[in-house]
Amino acid sequence: MTAPTAAGCAAPDQAAPLPASLDLEKETVITGLVKAESGEAVPGAYVRLLDSTGEFTAEVVTSPAGQFRFFAAPGNWTLRALSRHGNGDTAVAAARGINEVTVTVAA
Amino acid sequence: MSRDTALVSAEWAEKNIDAPGVVFVEVDEDTSAYDTGHIAGAVKLDWRTDLQDPVRRDFVNQAQFEALLSERGIANDDTVILYGGNNNWFAAYAYWYFKLYGHRDVKLLDGGRKKWELDARPLVTDKVERPATQYVAQAPDTSIRAFRDEVVDAIGSKNLVDVRSPDEYAGRLLAPAHLPQEQAQRAGHVPTAISVPWSKAANEDGTFKSDDELRKIYADAGLDDSRETIAYCRIGERSSHTWFVLQELLGQRNVKNYDGSWTEYGSLVGVPVALGDEPGEA
Repeated sequence: MTAPTAAGCAAPDQAAPLPASLDLEKETVITGLVKAESGEAVPGAYVRLLDSTGEFTAEVVTSPAGQFRFFAAPGNWTLRALSRHGNGDTAVAAARGINEVTVTVAA
Repeated sequence: MSRDTALVSAEWAEKNIDAPGVVFVEVDEDTSAYDTGHIAGAVKLDWRTDLQDPVRRDFVNQAQFEALLSERGIANDDTVILYGGNNNWFAAYAYWYFKLYGHRDVKLLDGGRKKWELDARPLVTDKVERPATQYVAQAPDTSIRAFRDEVVDAIGSKNLVDVRSPDEYAGRLLAPAHLPQEQAQRAGHVPTAISVPWSKAANEDGTFKSDDELRKIYADAGLDDSRETIAYCRIGERSSHTWFVLQELLGQRNVKNYDGSWTEYGSLVGVPVALGDEPGEA
């Protein structure tokens, strides 16, 4: 095994449990599902976290169960999902702790 | 350099999957994406285990790069097409290595994995075996790599481009928002650095914006063409994306990537740091 030289920037597994070391008193987690209009979860969707000015902040790919997760800060954010089935946006006013959001995509 | 020599479209790539002398290389930090499906014939490079020195904080040296490419079956005269996830961040980082070690013909796949997937183009899980080569790398071209002292000296004299998100620049976040925020280093940015998030250069499908749009973005942000430029981010991969835009697409000269980036600078003792949305004073 090799030691990572610095924690990378790639998106971690979106289905993994939250790390035990995570302090939810400090972290603002925005998490949830991407769904199609039929209600089915959409795996492999690209979810973009946009700040209050619409500027890109981060992007992850949904898990096989359609899950995504961001570590942000309290405030207003937009989640924008891109998928082969279409795109969709959801606004979220996030507070410290866990914020659950569903983004629905449609062609 | 220009768009014609540095970039290929997904259409071109799909037509040239089997072209002789063309090698597709998927580069990711987490290569599990490759294992679930990759472009036919593409070999993989793992940013962490293949491209970083296993002990020191540095990337692979000339001999390690030669051994890696030889083992993956990449030859000096191959046309290498790099692509990956995260909007091609790690592919752009690898592109910068290929240039640093003097590879003649290397290009990025515009839009990377995301565009390819959103287009529903084919991905396969076949195991890819290429015969080993005897790859010979050139001595590293440090004209495209900045080290920390040069960054400190550049404050107020060269273009410093911070390509992280606005909240990381201002010091409100310490890492991209898909990662936990606990970090050892201080928050903020190098004084006088302008904020041009890497994402300004990309469309939402991951493709690069047009040359005219790109020129306007950096001009509006205050990039002075007559000065040398150093781009940085947190660990040097998002800034590779911006380095690629400035030097390889727009043909600017004297652009360096500071791969130490904020994880190094933000941990240095005694260097100046600016907080907030403004570049700050030298």
